[in-house]
Amino acid sequence: MWSLSEIAHTIHEWLNTTFNSTLATLIEMVVAGIAVISLFALLGLVLVIMERKVSAWIQIRLGPNRVGPKGMLQSMADTLKLLVKEGLTPNGADQFLFNLAPFIAMIVAMLLMAPIAFAKDFQLWDLNIGVLYVSAVSSIMVISILMAGWSSNNKYSLMGAMRSGAQIVSYELSAGLSLLSIVVLTGSLQVSEIIQSQSNGWWIFKGHIPAIISFVIFMIAVTAETNRAPFDLAEAESELTAGFHTEYSGMKFALFFLAEYVNVFIVCAIGATVFLGGWMPFHIGSWEGFNHIMDFIPSSIWFFGKTFFLIFMIMWFRWTFPRLRIDQLLNLEWKYLLPISMVNILLMTAIAILGWHF
Amino acid sequence: MVETIGNTAEGNMIINVGPQHPATHGVLHLVITINGETIQKVEPHLGYIHRSIEKMCESLTYRQFIYVTSRMDYLSAHINNHACALCVEKGLQIEVPTRAQYIRVIMDELTRIASHELWWGAMAMDLGAFTPFFHAFRERESINDIMEETCGARLTMNYMVPGGVMQDIHPDFQRKVKAFIQQFKSKFSEYNEMVTGNIIFQNRMKQVGVLSAEDAISYGCSGPAARGSGVSCDIRKIYPYEIYNTLEFEEVLETGGDSFARYMVRLNEMHQSIKIIEQLIDNIPEGDFQAKTKAVLKLPKGEFYQRVETARGELGVYIVSEGGTTPYRIKFRSPGFSNLSVLDHIARGSKLGDLVAMMGTLDLVIPDIDR
Repeated sequence: MWSLSEIAHTIHEWLNTTFNSTLATLIEMVVAGIAVISLFALLGLVLVIMERKVSAWIQIRLGPNRVGPKGMLQSMADTLKLLVKEGLTPNGADQFLFNLAPFIAMIVAMLLMAPIAFAKDFQLWDLNIGVLYVSAVSSIMVISILMAGWSSNNKYSLMGAMRSGAQIVSYELSAGLSLLSIVVLTGSLQVSEIIQSQSNGWWIFKGHIPAIISFVIFMIAVTAETNRAPFDLAEAESELTAGFHTEYSGMKFALFFLAEYVNVFIVCAIGATVFLGGWMPFHIGSWEGFNHIMDFIPSSIWFFGKTFFLIFMIMWFRWTFPRLRIDQLLNLEWKYLLPISMVNILLMTAIAILGWHF
Repeated sequence: MVETIGNTAEGNMIINVGPQHPATHGVLHLVITINGETIQKVEPHLGYIHRSIEKMCESLTYRQFIYVTSRMDYLSAHINNHACALCVEKGLQIEVPTRAQYIRVIMDELTRIASHELWWGAMAMDLGAFTPFFHAFRERESINDIMEETCGARLTMNYMVPGGVMQDIHPDFQRKVKAFIQQFKSKFSEYNEMVTGNIIFQNRMKQVGVLSAEDAISYGCSGPAARGSGVSCDIRKIYPYEIYNTLEFEEVLETGGDSFARYMVRLNEMHQSIKIIEQLIDNIPEGDFQAKTKAVLKLPKGEFYQRVETARGELGVYIVSEGGTTPYRIKFRSPGFSNLSVLDHIARGSKLGDLVAMMGTLDLVIPDIDR
């Protein structure tokens, strides 16, 4: 059967027979890098048009409908416009940091692509601390935002960056703890093993109520971590005009914009992997016949289907809720989400030790 | 002139909100002294959209000057015109036909609903929720269509003339207004589901920007901003004009004084306006839509004052006449100016995000403040 892992395998075989193994590995790295960059660009285009269509659907209007069939090429046209637009650097700005910040944002987003399993046996780097790696690398994102806000020499940017710093550092805790509660069940941080452990049912169904609680907390926390509404205090266009990227224009702005969308994709992919089984088809216990039918749907479709469902949920949040205030935002994390996550992880540990999960 | 850049001597940051800023909905310039996220002082700077409307009115005849006032509070343009027309009628002692009075009141209330709809959407947008704006505009669009059919314009209707209205209502008017009432009633629950009942929204609104009744009176607040603090100040009730004293409606009062109280006052006012329209729409009497007036209007020598309730509060029109064809002096008492002056008082000590919410609930229209 045609699958992504087979294509990857064929390329690997062909390279190894044509070149010596060192050169083959080098070429593979380059190919993988190019693939990540292309996926990056593609995701940006797809998610932007998706967001605009989803928001239009929620807001009883049509959305973009002029460029291409049903406006599907609108984000292409926007990208073209951003590419040819002048990237201004304000006079008072710290030139070096100002220009570096958007690249850090993008590099972080790219690094996060590494441990994600896009399909069965189709993964760039199946390192044994996959979940920890994701938590660790995603917290570098705050540095790029702080850098952008600080170097812009703009008070709005500075306030946006400071808000974002407080926010991301706080919500990292809940996101990490909710992922840990599933790690407690699987006993492994490795992405492939977490997925494999869900072959008889996804953790959100197998882990009783604590798993559902940690899924909800995870969704709230990652929405905050990616600075999406209702937690978009770093941007808060009605308060801070555009927050930390007020002074950015052209492609430098586009990189921040792109990084935001790719981050949304990545956190949703992690959520789908840990809670909804990643590429694992929908299996129910020992129903052999049912499980077999589900296996006919390719694993990449399962993965992208789940991920885009979660992305849709995050977009749905954005176009429904008003924004929180900064003190309410921190109260929510430190007074509600964090204690709940801690109790939840204790419950989950008890369940894992007593073997109550399915 | 206060410092508008850098930091204060105490180390607080000075931030300029406006003249171009998404939350001010116009060219209002606020100089904010801020300590971290906490507001120490708000200082409004005016004059960016000053067009000398009062001075312009002095060189226009009593028929013409009415229409300049559409550009003051453009969201209740019709009610502004109404105030001017009433003031001129008072001076000339013109008896306005009942039909014209009915039409005027219906139009006033439609304008009030349209204005509150826009306020509702824009305020939700200030709080970061975009979707309500489009839902509000769906209803506002129906009102604009009604206005367009009868008055020929959608925003600055220019429908009033001294002695009545410019032309008779469109034959479709009653049917469309009834259809709008149906639409409004069926869609209103969405407003509560989407915004009023939302826990984030309530947390942002309750106990924020508290304005006591005493302060509301001493700052000269009027309209929903004052009624949210429990100050009864509805001109339609206290100094009824046209046929308001024959109508059944309630003056909406809330006692909270916070942003949420001001919000609820406006929401409930929409219902009261609907109630007023329902009483009138089937009973518009036959007759003239305009009283017979002279071609050239000359107000007798003297001073004339008329106040009306616009969507934002009390609008006063003060005309000094020397007996000529143009007013000697005109002064408008605009609701927005007094309501803005209270902003510094209620914003001190709250967070920057709340300032935006307060400006939203005070419902500032900048051309009304500056004139």
